[in-house]
Amino acid sequence: MEATVTVQQIHKSYGQTVAVQGVSFDVHPGEIFGMVGPNGAGKTTTIECVEGLRRPDSGHIRVLGMDPWRERRSLMARVGIQLQESGLPPRLRVGEAMDLFASFYPRTVPWKPLLEQFGLAEKRRTSFADLSGGQKQRLFIALALLNDPQVVFLDELTTGLDPQARRAMWDLVRDIARRGKTVFLTTHFMEEAERLCDRVAIMDHGRIIALDAPEALIRGMGLGKRVVFTMPNGQLAQAESLLRAFPEVEGVETAGERLIVFGRGTHFASVVVRALEQADLPFQDLRTEQPSLEDVFLTLTGRQMRE
Amino acid sequence: MRSLWKLTFTQAKLYLREPMAAFFTIIYAPMMLVLFGMIYGNDPSPLFGGLGPMDVSVPAYTALIIVTVGLISVPIATSSARESGTLRRYRATPLSPLTYLSAETFVYFAMTLLGVMLLVVVGKLAFDVRFEGNLISVLGGFSLGALSFFALGFFIAGIAPTARVAQTVGMVAAFPMMFLSGAAIPLETLPASVRDFARYIPLTHVVTLLRGVWFGDPWRQHLTEASVLAGMLLVCSMLGARTFRWE
Repeated sequence: MEATVTVQQIHKSYGQTVAVQGVSFDVHPGEIFGMVGPNGAGKTTTIECVEGLRRPDSGHIRVLGMDPWRERRSLMARVGIQLQESGLPPRLRVGEAMDLFASFYPRTVPWKPLLEQFGLAEKRRTSFADLSGGQKQRLFIALALLNDPQVVFLDELTTGLDPQARRAMWDLVRDIARRGKTVFLTTHFMEEAERLCDRVAIMDHGRIIALDAPEALIRGMGLGKRVVFTMPNGQLAQAESLLRAFPEVEGVETAGERLIVFGRGTHFASVVVRALEQADLPFQDLRTEQPSLEDVFLTLTGRQMRE
Repeated sequence: MRSLWKLTFTQAKLYLREPMAAFFTIIYAPMMLVLFGMIYGNDPSPLFGGLGPMDVSVPAYTALIIVTVGLISVPIATSSARESGTLRRYRATPLSPLTYLSAETFVYFAMTLLGVMLLVVVGKLAFDVRFEGNLISVLGGFSLGALSFFALGFFIAGIAPTARVAQTVGMVAAFPMMFLSGAAIPLETLPASVRDFARYIPLTHVVTLLRGVWFGDPWRQHLTEASVLAGMLLVCSMLGARTFRWE
């Protein structure tokens, strides 16, 4: 199957600042492809080059078989774009915005059901300036879907939204993908990329440092799991020496009444629990922590993602 | 085509929803006319070659509306649309810059015309002002004056880095022009030194041309004004199109 987006060796600098240096990747039809990394990693520059809004200094890009810079207007008719920074006239009403943008495209879907789907039906007569942050974002996605696009670009979709609105947004994105559209998104939330994307490219300093399915990235790093529980102080030392004897256990740390056990293997957690029960050691609040994309980033760069 | 009309219609609605813009375009000039008419009346005067002060004020105030829209509304609205990210959002659609600029021009033209029509109606009703020109000829002069100042406004928006700068540049250019060109105050009442200087102000040519054709002068009497404005229209349109930026 031919790739929906092909990017080969693109470079882009702004004056002395190198934003993107030699990025290559493909986006496959129907997948949710995510680009994740800290602010300033080059994600927005990359996605805007792919959208045809910026011209890379060098390299090769094809979207639906078109050169996005040269054939921008034909491409715009077939893709939907939600920009990281954009706006609308403050006094433009929601319904008017849909109606206006619909006139820009040769072919559109009816916009009233779109507004309903995005929970904006009763906001039809509300001015853009009077919408909340989440409502503005939903309007921008609805605008991006007006032309029934084959590819949808979402740049930092959930920045500035509260956790609840963010989760609701994830459902909307999954829904877009279920309707057979290819989604290319950027985010600086590792959790968002992990939950939402079929494949993730991790970017740092203008380069892609890893690209695969989130689970594969985590598995590939060989990162261990953690079992955390609390226990009365007097028994901590006993538990520690007991657990260290198991081959699945790689390390044990204590912090106050809390014990953190590091290890790996599919049976790691059950080994720990069974050992504690057989020794009749009373543990509480036990939970296991799986490694996340956050840990992958930390392992790859030696830095925390969040600043 | 559909996008051109839809955008024009939408922008016109938005224009009328901005109380300040709507006031200065549509209400301000007729209000001034009533105010000064109450003070000076409209009796024929030798100063204006037998015309009354209000007779000459209607074409002069037409130029006043043109400069207000061209140098204040156009730069502010265009640079604000850029600053708010509206133009960025438009760019992510198949909308062409030419369609956008045409729609904007139609709206400014229609709003200016609306202001002028109200001015004429008020002048006619309140002071029975005279009109001795040919409608086509006056519309031609009006269009030339309006479009050349809109083009200058787009150029100001194109070179100004921010909306605030665009607003300042537009106002700094507009206000002295209003008072030194005969648009707000008839040149006949100003000192000779000002009248000499006025020849170098673009708006003076709009005032002279409009006053001329308003009272039936043939265009060949106003070739200087017409060529200055046509030149300005040409140069500013090119510069305006060249400096137009979506972001």
